[in-house]
Amino acid sequence: MMKRDDCLRVLARHIPEEIVVAVYSAAFDWVVIRPHVLNYFAVGAMGLASSHGLGLALGRPDRKVIVLDGDGSLLMNLGSLATVAATAPRNFYHFVCENGTYEANGAHPIPGRGKLSFAGMAREAGYAATHEFADLGHFEQRIGEVLGETGPVLIDLKLVPGAESPRDYRGLYAAERRAAFRAALAG
Amino acid sequence: MSTTQTTAPTAATAETLPGGAIIAAIKAAGIRTIMAVPDIVSSEGLLFPISRDPALRLIRVCKEDEAVGISAGLAACGQRSMLLIQHTGLLDSINALRAVAVEYSIPVCLMVGLLEKEPGVAPTKSGRYGVRIVEPILDAMGIAHHLLETAADVPIVPKAIDLAYEQSKPVVLLLGRRPVAP
Repeated sequence: MMKRDDCLRVLARHIPEEIVVAVYSAAFDWVVIRPHVLNYFAVGAMGLASSHGLGLALGRPDRKVIVLDGDGSLLMNLGSLATVAATAPRNFYHFVCENGTYEANGAHPIPGRGKLSFAGMAREAGYAATHEFADLGHFEQRIGEVLGETGPVLIDLKLVPGAESPRDYRGLYAAERRAAFRAALAG
Repeated sequence: MSTTQTTAPTAATAETLPGGAIIAAIKAAGIRTIMAVPDIVSSEGLLFPISRDPALRLIRVCKEDEAVGISAGLAACGQRSMLLIQHTGLLDSINALRAVAVEYSIPVCLMVGLLEKEPGVAPTKSGRYGVRIVEPILDAMGIAHHLLETAADVPIVPKAIDLAYEQSKPVVLLLGRRPVAP
C-alpha cells in the first residue's frame, strides 16, 4: 500500500500543467500538492468525476485529462466505464484511489472491499489499458510510461491515507475557481 | 382509482410535433453533442435521426446523471450539448442537477420525453403520477422548463438554449408528445 499524499506527489511531477479532476480526500491532498488553475473540483454529485472528465477530454482533445476518482465514487457510476470505453478518448487517464472506504463519510468499507478489481472492470469494459500499483517505487518507475500510453487508461492505486490535508470544502468548490478554470482553458 | 386518462380527439391532439424542426432548432442553437438514454417518446422522431446526423456527436450513456457531468465538462470547454432522456431519467438525476446545474450555475440543457403523457393534456393534468410531478419538481428546484406540444412550440428551443448558456443556468424542454420522424 502507498500513502496517498506520497503517491500524488510522484504523480504531480509528471503532470505539471494538465487538467485534473479530483474528488474528496484526493482533491484535498491534490490542491495542496499541485495548486493550479486547471484543477477541477466541481463534480457536484458523488460518482460523476469520470463523467466530468469525459466531457473535458472530448471538449479538449489536445490536452491530457487526469481523473483522480475514488473507489466508492466510481462504484456509484460504474456505467461510466462503458461510456468512456465506447467513446474512447485518447487523452483520458482515470486514476482510482482505492482505499476500500468511504473515507470522507466515516471510513465505512465499500461493498466488496478487497474483492473487486477496478482494473479488471475497466479492462472488460474496453479501456485501452489498465494498471494496478501498490508499491510507491514501482509506481514512480512506471508512471511516466503509463501517461504516455493512448487512452482511455485506468490506473488503480492501492492507497492508505497519508498526512491529513486541510478540509476546506468552501474553497475547493468556490465559484471563482470554476470561473478561473474556464478562463484558463479559453485563453 | 384508475390512473389512466383518456383524451377525446381535439384540434390539439390532431397536431403533430415535427422531429426535423426540433433537430434543426437544436443545431441552430449551437448544440453539437447529444448525450442520450433511449426513450420511446423520442426514439423514432429524434434519437434515430440524430444518430445518423453527421453534424451531431451522439454519446450513448448508461445513466442520465452521467450526461449531466459530461455536459458540464463540455461547457467548461465552451462547447454546447444537450441531454435527450425520459422523465424517469430526469427524476433519477435530480441530485446531479441540483449540485452541478443549479448550485454551481452550469448550463445544462435537457430534452425530456414525458412517457405516457396524453397528447394535448397539460403535464400537471396527466393521469400519470410520474408525469404530473415533473413540472412542480422543476419549479421547486428553480429550473426553467418549456413544453413542446406542437410545431408552434419549436421556436422556443433555440431561445431557451441560448438563454441557458448566456445565464449559465439549466433548462428543460419537455416533449409533450412523440415527435414525428423527419
